[in-house]
Amino acid sequence: MKFGIVQFPGSNCDQDAYYAAKDVLGVEAEYLWHQTTDLRGSDIVIVPGGFSFGDYLRCGAIANFSPIMQAVKDFASRGGLVVGICNGFQVLCEAHLLPGALVRNDGQHFVCRHVNLTVENAHTPFTRGCTEGQKISIPVAHGEGRYVCDEAVLEQLKATRQIVFKYATDEDNPNGSVDNIAGIANATFNVFGLMPHPERACDLSLGSSDGLFLLKSLLQGAK
Amino acid sequence: MATVKISIMLKPALLDAQGRVVQNALKSLGYEEIESVRVGKNIEIQVPDAANLDAQVKEMCGKLLANPVIEDYKYEIVSAESAK
Repeated sequence: MKFGIVQFPGSNCDQDAYYAAKDVLGVEAEYLWHQTTDLRGSDIVIVPGGFSFGDYLRCGAIANFSPIMQAVKDFASRGGLVVGICNGFQVLCEAHLLPGALVRNDGQHFVCRHVNLTVENAHTPFTRGCTEGQKISIPVAHGEGRYVCDEAVLEQLKATRQIVFKYATDEDNPNGSVDNIAGIANATFNVFGLMPHPERACDLSLGSSDGLFLLKSLLQGAK
Repeated sequence: MATVKISIMLKPALLDAQGRVVQNALKSLGYEEIESVRVGKNIEIQVPDAANLDAQVKEMCGKLLANPVIEDYKYEIVSAESAK
């Protein structure tokens, strides 16, 4: 079991993801610089949070054209597990690996706090260690995390249960995301993106270990 | 040479949070009558004149400069010839 953690210029949660994989889960982890096209045998690719390329043009737009993203797309098309966290979610949407887009929070503020999430679908490789309807508390830290998509896409997401996590209540929704969406999977359930940061909540000394429900699910999911 | 002037705006159906804040600021300056403010971006590209420039610009906008999921774009091409 090996986690590959993509590093773009401006990624800043890469080390958190590495720590979560290596030190908390106890699995192999390796950084993957964005200029490479070699995923080095990774079983799971994490596209971490941060401000890739300074969020220039649109969040994730420039990162989508880094050489590694073609390798990530090929990996995903072969069924490989890809997880985008925060800026990584934005990158996966820009890469059309996930539908929709993330725009500026409706309250304009950068929001950095713990929020409650509801597990909407526990039958995914990303949530198999959770139970449906379970509430978990993990932090968000973003200025552009309002998930938007057109009506047809939203209906499809609902019908196929691709909405994996929702903010538990309207009050928990930090950004105005449509339908309180916090995280979605693609139609084949091997690509997943979410705005909250499970890798920042995998040790009680950090305020919450609820991120482990998700991270431990990955260990089963990649088998 | 030609100058391509591209204007990119969030789709009308999407709330423009930035525009709303600017509108509130304008209101506080006394411009109560303003109905809406939307903030977009302008990109200017200098490029040699080419027969297929129009198609090139559409491609650039579709691939990178605008995100068709959330944004609309329009552009004009000003060639150095016509600017004289």
